[in-house]
Amino acid sequence: MFDLTGMTALVTGASGGIGSAVAKALAGQGARLALSGSNQAKLEAFAGEIGGSHVTLACDLSDGAAVDGLVPRAVEALGGRLDILVNNAGVTRDNLVMRMKDDEWDQVITVNLEAAFRLARAAAKPMMKQRHGRIISVTSVVGATGNPGQANYAASKGGLTAMSKALAQELASRNITVNCVAPGFITSPMTDALPDAQKEALTTRIPAGRLGEGSDVGAAVAYLASREAAYVTGQTVHVNGGMAML
Amino acid sequence: MSETADRVKKIVVEHLGVEADKVTEDASFIDDLGADSLDIVELVMAFEEEFGVEIPDDAAEKITTVRDAITYIDSNKG
Repeated sequence: MFDLTGMTALVTGASGGIGSAVAKALAGQGARLALSGSNQAKLEAFAGEIGGSHVTLACDLSDGAAVDGLVPRAVEALGGRLDILVNNAGVTRDNLVMRMKDDEWDQVITVNLEAAFRLARAAAKPMMKQRHGRIISVTSVVGATGNPGQANYAASKGGLTAMSKALAQELASRNITVNCVAPGFITSPMTDALPDAQKEALTTRIPAGRLGEGSDVGAAVAYLASREAAYVTGQTVHVNGGMAML
Repeated sequence: MSETADRVKKIVVEHLGVEADKVTEDASFIDDLGADSLDIVELVMAFEEEFGVEIPDDAAEKITTVRDAITYIDSNKG
């Protein structure tokens, strides 16, 4: 089940906390990856860590022209096929709406939403020709529930969810599925830095009684990427320990 | 019939799964051949590949019949 042997995938934000777990999950199922991120050295170190014949492609997702070129670069580096696109990269610029600067809004929308649109638009082309494709976006529980201080981030993730539903309807007849995975609180350098008291307070809101692991998210992505998930499209898999049941 | 016309019709038959005799030069992709908007996008991609031409979006929008496609390709291929 969920074998990805012979498939290729482009993963953005691949050296980050959740991105690296997603990449490991896909590679673990046999996919060959193009690992993208902003820092070439980190990508190469990560590619070395997981082994195999994966390629690294640095890209600044706030640069529209560079983003438009990323899928063609990935297709070439992966031998002419792209089966799976994982829009994982995301940034936060938290602030209360009344204090939020224009550029804090713009940066989050540009990287989290616009780059995902550009990549999906480009990926649809080879996927349509192949009559097979998986576009998976990593969103967030706050895209569905909102969160104070994250109007920009919540809007970008909610937008990504709605865009995925529209695209899912456009591409379903070509055997291309478009889905989202929405993590809740996941262990990461960011949550590691929180004081214990705050971590405990967080955990009381999660029925599972713990933060999630990157691998919990990676497993959901690997499932949606698999042949077995062919009839699942336009959906969101919530990976949040029961924190929000949507 | 020109060589371009033959190759265009072959692509249309393959992509839309229609009978070759229905693909006349007057045939409209959408009204006569049952194409949807996504089929048109795919046909344009296939024409671009087959003939090595670039068909920009504003030109692609004007290609509604088999003849439109043949004419555009004949006047723009290298």
